[in-house]
Amino acid sequence: MSTPNENPGLLAKHGAIEKNVTLLLALSFVTVSIGGIVEIAPLFYLENTIEDVEGMRPYSPLELAGRNIYVREGCYVCHSQMIRPFRDEVERYGHYSLAAESQYDHPFQWGSKRTGPDLARVGGRYSNDWHVQHLIDPQSVVPESIMPSYAFLMEAQFDMEDPAAHLNANRLVGVPYTDEMLENAVFDLRGQADPDGDHDGILERYPNAVIGDFDGNPDRLSEMDALVAYLQMMGTLVDFSAYEPLENIR
Amino acid sequence: MSDDQRRVDEISGTETTGHSWDGIEELNTPLPRWWLWTFYACIAFSAVYVVLFPAIPLVNEATQGVLGWSSRGNLSEELDEVAATNLERTELLQAVSIEDAAADPSLRAFAIAGGRAAFQVNCVQCHGSGAAGGAGYPNLNDDDWLWGGSLAQIEETLLYGIRHDQYDFTRWSEMPAFGAGILTRAEISDVAWHVLDLAGLDVDDVEAAARGATLYYDQCASCHGDIGEGMDDLGAPTLNDAIWLFGDTHADIAKQITAPRHGVMPGWQDRLGEATVRQLAIYVHGLGGGE
Repeated sequence: MSTPNENPGLLAKHGAIEKNVTLLLALSFVTVSIGGIVEIAPLFYLENTIEDVEGMRPYSPLELAGRNIYVREGCYVCHSQMIRPFRDEVERYGHYSLAAESQYDHPFQWGSKRTGPDLARVGGRYSNDWHVQHLIDPQSVVPESIMPSYAFLMEAQFDMEDPAAHLNANRLVGVPYTDEMLENAVFDLRGQADPDGDHDGILERYPNAVIGDFDGNPDRLSEMDALVAYLQMMGTLVDFSAYEPLENIR
Repeated sequence: MSDDQRRVDEISGTETTGHSWDGIEELNTPLPRWWLWTFYACIAFSAVYVVLFPAIPLVNEATQGVLGWSSRGNLSEELDEVAATNLERTELLQAVSIEDAAADPSLRAFAIAGGRAAFQVNCVQCHGSGAAGGAGYPNLNDDDWLWGGSLAQIEETLLYGIRHDQYDFTRWSEMPAFGAGILTRAEISDVAWHVLDLAGLDVDDVEAAARGATLYYDQCASCHGDIGEGMDDLGAPTLNDAIWLFGDTHADIAKQITAPRHGVMPGWQDRLGEATVRQLAIYVHGLGGGE
């Protein structure tokens, strides 16, 4: 224990900080900032923070709408979207999640708690019919499930008056939506849920987009269509045949 | 904050800090030794940890640590180890035909153990934890197969799925929507009565069933067979048994004829790999209904 006698000069200066609340606040802020900068700043420049992958693209308007519903309904409260690099998770859910896979998520949906399974790679795992039936009555397909019913999504009026504005909002925070994507937002939104439409443009703008009548009712675009379109895309974008795990060891 | 007020408190025998506020003084009680030494030990531990493991961010990347450990590297080692343990049997499983693999007792035991694990993770969501299926999802315990129940056919279904357009080899069939201009409502009702008759179920309207028979031969028999025996190659369900995917009432059947639902099964080749798919095929074939 140092005593005031040993170093009266330093302690007297410290006394000045203790007695001036503004100075105390300012210097506390500086101290905490140093810790924050050391932890956060390197993430913006370290080369191994985000890996090189092929296939990631911004979400299509319909997927983005589904994502908005996902967030609105609080799906993240029970479902995470991050497969950690552990054997049990990889064998159950598939390849561990890459940082690049959530680069267009604002906000990300990693989650810290799983009441239901992780959904990071749920895309293509089940049929559209299954998703619709499961969202309407989860216990009809998984009897032990405690998930609540989301049957109202079938009826809910799909309300995305200006899809381009949603795309633009994401563009403002860094998602590379092009002007062409914004111009075609309404067309793409409807077209993705119409199996009989012209899909060349959509597939060019959003490669690997899953096209189809997701909710089983081709006459109507419901919130169910959007949510299932989003679920069927999840974790399917990155081309793992072009991914080198050994170059991305960390 | 002057030093001259430091003194030993008479009651506790502890030195005071010398701080005095309106006559109230503060004891300078030392930290408990156990706490202090734990604290020093943690500092020493962190110094070692920083050297051994990835830690300090530098210009291009963080320090890698002397041990060269990484979570992804750790995982890949663990997976390699498992793969190495199973390598011999996995290779054997794929080296022979699926029929021979299923006939070999040790390979069969290996396949069923792995297949059961994969089934519980990937298949139960639709086919049920007991593989008994549900409305729209086939029961795998019975001997009624939409696309064939031999080992090779089950494996093909697992690899490429059914109506799963991600795979070029996926099998596809589409029953026409007879309600969309092909048959009238009354005709559909007649055919539905005939289908119930084929299945040996109670027919309320015998005359309608007789009328439906002609329509059935014209419209349905090419896929479902003259007596409703079905056809594996087209995924056309058997109609003359007691197993129904979408219900066995007149209304259910009429609804299916009017606007058929078509089940979709995902292909699992990319997701699970061919070795696991083969294990699954042998497991599912062994559930009771394999042909």
